[in-house]
Amino acid sequence: MQKLGDFKLPHFFNYPPYFTLQPVRDTREKQVQLWKDLILDYCRTQKIFVIGLEEEDFALFSNPVIERSLSHEARAAFLSALVSEGRAEWLDKGHRKCLILWHRVQDWADIIFRFVKDNGLEDSVMTVEEIRSGIESRGTELHGIDRTILMRALRVLEQKGKLAIFKGTSADDEGVKFSM
Amino acid sequence: MATSSLPKADLTSSGRPVFLPNEIECSILSSVDLECDDIPNFPLLKSGLLILTTHRLLWLPDNNPSSSAAAAAAAVALPLSFVTHIFSTKKSVKTLFHSPRVRFQASLDPSKSVVMTAVMRGKGDTDAFLAKFWENWRARAWENDVQTQTQAQTAVGSSSVSGSGPASGSGGFYTREGAVRMVGVSGILRKEQEMWESTDKSLQEAFQDLNALMSKAKEMVILAEKMRQKLLSGSSSKSSATNDDEVGSKEEMQDWMLSVGIVSPVTKESAGALYHQQLSRQLADYVRIPLERAGGMINLIDVYCLFNRARGTELISPDDLLRACSLWEKFDVPVMLRKFDSGVMVIQNKSHSDEEVFARIKALVTNPDTLRTGISASDAAMTLGIAPGMAKEHLLTAESKGLLCRDISPDGFRFYVNLFPEISTDDVYLVKDYGIYNTWVRVASASRLE
Repeated sequence: MQKLGDFKLPHFFNYPPYFTLQPVRDTREKQVQLWKDLILDYCRTQKIFVIGLEEEDFALFSNPVIERSLSHEARAAFLSALVSEGRAEWLDKGHRKCLILWHRVQDWADIIFRFVKDNGLEDSVMTVEEIRSGIESRGTELHGIDRTILMRALRVLEQKGKLAIFKGTSADDEGVKFSM
Repeated sequence: MATSSLPKADLTSSGRPVFLPNEIECSILSSVDLECDDIPNFPLLKSGLLILTTHRLLWLPDNNPSSSAAAAAAAVALPLSFVTHIFSTKKSVKTLFHSPRVRFQASLDPSKSVVMTAVMRGKGDTDAFLAKFWENWRARAWENDVQTQTQAQTAVGSSSVSGSGPASGSGGFYTREGAVRMVGVSGILRKEQEMWESTDKSLQEAFQDLNALMSKAKEMVILAEKMRQKLLSGSSSKSSATNDDEVGSKEEMQDWMLSVGIVSPVTKESAGALYHQQLSRQLADYVRIPLERAGGMINLIDVYCLFNRARGTELISPDDLLRACSLWEKFDVPVMLRKFDSGVMVIQNKSHSDEEVFARIKALVTNPDTLRTGISASDAAMTLGIAPGMAKEHLLTAESKGLLCRDISPDGFRFYVNLFPEISTDDVYLVKDYGIYNTWVRVASASRLE
């Protein structure tokens, strides 16, 4: 099986028409579906949170084996489909960068909740940075999570009264007081 | 004492002579003395610029401040019309050592004729100058000025511009043979005029031929029509015993006439108001054979060309063709007009089945090679035996039916068999044991191992 890094690629990744935006409606729907799932899968396993449309570093958009690459139009189409589904968000008006929610924000909130419970941090205080890169986070999905997404998930929990976010001593770090 | 001196030559602010209308500069020599022993008090014209034009001989003082004597002289111009004779140079021992001289006779006033000498102290080619001097004098360009006055005034803004060409240019408006020489802007215009006139003449001649051809063609059509009538009437009056022969030769005749083209073209005159109907039927008849040869489908543009070529004369317009095709719906003819999504229009047999073509395309696109590489429109054209344009239409139609997928890349525009329906969204890694996806996976992996 072909791989991209340690990601197992499906066979149809070598099917040239997969890389051309199909005009026929039914075919297009199937194609979009397959791309959406593949992008989410890939981002989840590689812990990619942001995709830049024009950059070459999102390897999934090209296949050197068959010498095919998704056109800009195709990339925008597939990412827009993810956005419509609520699994992604455009970070800028020019649609150049896309935030990928391979877990929905609510899912992340649940993950944080479990994380806190598993580590006995129900009444403690942590900085946001510690949540995403501290010792406890190692080996969990929280490790290396995108800050924007983390803040969103924390706010969801804050709204439910499970924690409180406050500004820290330094300008760029915030703290969280759990009360679960 | 006659104040017969040379007329003054007008100069521009930069020292160039002001030329007359149509006057063209032909030759310039420097370091020339102009002498005239017959005129007392003839000005000292030493070491100046001698300019030969189509109309005059000009002498300009050299602007070199070192020659103070020359500075005192003013520019003079001798109209060539005053020249009465030009002496030829005699080559002798004396002339070898002296500066070349050009001597000529001129009459500055009607009563008196003087001899003038131009002494060439410079490096110029005196013989060439002399030759041109002769030419210009003989050409008498100034006499044509009256005729060409209006022409020149509109054509040439300032003849001094046209005249300031290379010094060793042509010798004037008219060659020795009297043909008009092409010089300056008026020359260009004259050349264009002549070209236009000759084109016009050759066009007229060509149309003479065409008219002759058309009248002959009409005769041929009448002849063929007569023969056809004869055959038709002949077969109905003979007894049955000789019928077979008649029928045989009649068929032969018809075949022969058909290969020549349409026997009697349906014209607006012959069919009048039924023109389009008759045309429509004739077209349906005609198009049968080309349709077979093209594999059941022809581009409308090709039909237009073929049909008109067969008709020979009384060509039809694209509009007529379109209307004729549209009328087929009303009749029971075995052909139909079809318009594709891309706008391409074709004529096809009613019996033509898209399904049959799709079956052939599917077979083409699912062999081991084409599974891997797909097909292009030209590949399809070759295999299906149809024109590439037609092939592309078929491929696009097959795509819209979900049979094929497109692949656009720097390699071109290709089509593959559509595998998407067989890919499972629940498990993207699943490949069933059967089906085209399975075959494709095996073929694709095999090729990568090569």
